[in-house]
Amino acid sequence: MNNSVIVQGVSKQYGSKKQPVVALSDISLDIATGELFGLIGPDGAGKTSLFRILTTLLLADKGSATVAGYDVVKEYKAVRKIVGYMPGKFSLYQDLTVEENLHFFATIFHASVADNYHLIKDIYEQIAPFKDRRAGKLSGGMKQKLALCCALIHEPKVLFLDEPTTGVDAVSRNEFWDMLQLLKKKGITIIVSTPYMDEASRCDRVALIQNGRILQVNTPEAIISGFTQPLYAVKAPGMLSLLKQLHNTPGVLAAYPFGEYHHAVMQPGVSLPFLGKDAEVKAVTPNIEDCFIQLMQHHA
Amino acid sequence: MPKEKAITAEMLTKRFGDFIAVNAISFEVDKGEIFGFLGANGAGKTTAMRMFCGLSLPSSGKATVAGLDIYKDNEAIKQRIGYMSQKFSLYEDLTVKENIRFYGGIYGKSDTYIKKETEILLHQLELEAQANTLVGALPLGWKQKLAFSVAIFHQPDIVFLDEPTGGVDPVTRREFWNMIYEAAAKGITVFVTTHYLDEAEYCDRVSIMVDGVIAALDTPAALKKQYHASGMDEVFQQLARGAKRQDN
Repeated sequence: MNNSVIVQGVSKQYGSKKQPVVALSDISLDIATGELFGLIGPDGAGKTSLFRILTTLLLADKGSATVAGYDVVKEYKAVRKIVGYMPGKFSLYQDLTVEENLHFFATIFHASVADNYHLIKDIYEQIAPFKDRRAGKLSGGMKQKLALCCALIHEPKVLFLDEPTTGVDAVSRNEFWDMLQLLKKKGITIIVSTPYMDEASRCDRVALIQNGRILQVNTPEAIISGFTQPLYAVKAPGMLSLLKQLHNTPGVLAAYPFGEYHHAVMQPGVSLPFLGKDAEVKAVTPNIEDCFIQLMQHHA
Repeated sequence: MPKEKAITAEMLTKRFGDFIAVNAISFEVDKGEIFGFLGANGAGKTTAMRMFCGLSLPSSGKATVAGLDIYKDNEAIKQRIGYMSQKFSLYEDLTVKENIRFYGGIYGKSDTYIKKETEILLHQLELEAQANTLVGALPLGWKQKLAFSVAIFHQPDIVFLDEPTGGVDPVTRREFWNMIYEAAAKGITVFVTTHYLDEAEYCDRVSIMVDGVIAALDTPAALKKQYHASGMDEVFQQLARGAKRQDN
C-alpha cells in the first residue's frame, strides 16, 4: 500500500512578473503512508496553495509531486479519485440537507454510504440527529463534522484538511484531533494545516512553514530538542518593565511574552542575572511556538 | 473613589424565539482595563458583543457602554467605540491612506486631524513607504496591526476586538499585544475575544461564557487558583467541556 505524498521542489507565485507574490518557494516533503502530518504556519504561509497543488486544483510553476504514487499533473484524474479534501472555506451545498450532501459526495465518487459507513460512523452519529437539516443552517461545529464526513465517504487514501480548527474553541479543537487519531488508525494518510502552534504535538511529524518556505520538518519532539539554548520563564510585578529589563540584559538572545511569563532565551553558558527579589525565574522546556519564533528570526 | 466603569451589564439577556443566546449576564469593566471575553463557540459572546456595540437591542436587562444606555443611546455609543475583527477590518481595495481617511471621516474627524494623525500613525507602524499601497497587498500581520490602529484612530473610549490575532504568526501576535498594552496605557478600555489561551494571560481580567451565562470571571491568577489549574487553557477546558451548545 502506497499512500505517500512526495513533493519535490515545488514553487508557485501569483501576480505579475514585475510584482510577483511568492506563495511557495522550493518546497520538498516526503510524507509516509499512514502518517498524520501537520503543516503549521500563519495565514499567508502558503498552506492552501500547497494543498491545492496536491489535490490537482492548481498547477505549480516548478517542481513535481505525487500522491499515492500518482503524479498530480499527468495523472490528475487518478489523484482526484483517491484524495479527500476539506477546504478551509465551507464548500458543501448549503441548500442540500446533511444526508443529501453525504449521498451526493458518495455518488460522484461511485461509492455508497452503506459500504463506507464504518469510516464516518463515529463522526456522523454526532450530526445524525440533524440529517434532514439544510447544511447552510448548521452550526459551525456541525458543518465541520459534515465536511469531514463528505471528504471521507469515498474511502480516500490521502486526506487533506485545510485549517479544520481555525476559529474553533479549544475544547472542540481537542475533540477534532481525537477524531483524526481514530482515522489514522484506519491507515489513511492525513495532512492537516493549522495556524495553531500547540496542535503540532498531535501530529507524527510537522513542517513549520512561513512566507512560502519550510523552516523545518521533523517530529515535534525532535524540533523541540533542536532548540539548544537555555530557556527561562520569568515573572515579576510589572511585566512590561520586566520585558524591557530582559531586552537590555547581556546574554539574553531573545525575550518575549509567553502567557503568564516572559520567555528569555539565553546565550549558552551565560546565566540570567538577578532580576529583583520579587522575580520568579525557572528553567523551562521550549515548545513549538518558541522554536517557530527562533526559526522565523533565523530566516528573517 | 470607585473606579470609572467602561461597561456595566445587569441581567443582560437576549432571546431569539425560544433560544436564550445571552442569559442574564451581569458584570462590569473598569476604564482602562484589558478585559478578555472568552467562551466556547456558541456560548453567546458575539451576541453579547453586538449588544454592547449598539448593533442589537437586548430582550431584557440593563447595560451601559461609556456611560451611555444601550437602549436609548445606541447610536451615540457607536461614536464612542472602536471595533475590529479578524474577519472584517479594512477595505482591501483602498490604499492604506484611503482606509485611514475613510474611517476618520466616518467618525466625523476634521481634515486637519486626519492629516496630522495619519502621519503619526504611518510613522509608528513604519508604513510610510506603503501609504499608497492597496491594503489587500499587505501581509496579514501588517494588516491586523493597521486595522487595530484604524479602530482606535478616532480615540474611542472602548475598543472591541473580536479574535484580532487569528491566524497571525507568533511574533506579530506579540507585537499586536504590545499595541494593545499601549492603547490601554492611554486609557482606552480593551474588550477582546480570542481562542489563544496564552493571550488570556495578558488580560487584566477574564470572563468565560458557557451556554449563555458567565461561568467564571476574575484575574487570570485568581481563576487558575480557583480551578487548581497551571494555565488558562486548563481553566477553559474545565469550564467549557460541560457546554451543551455549539455554534459559530
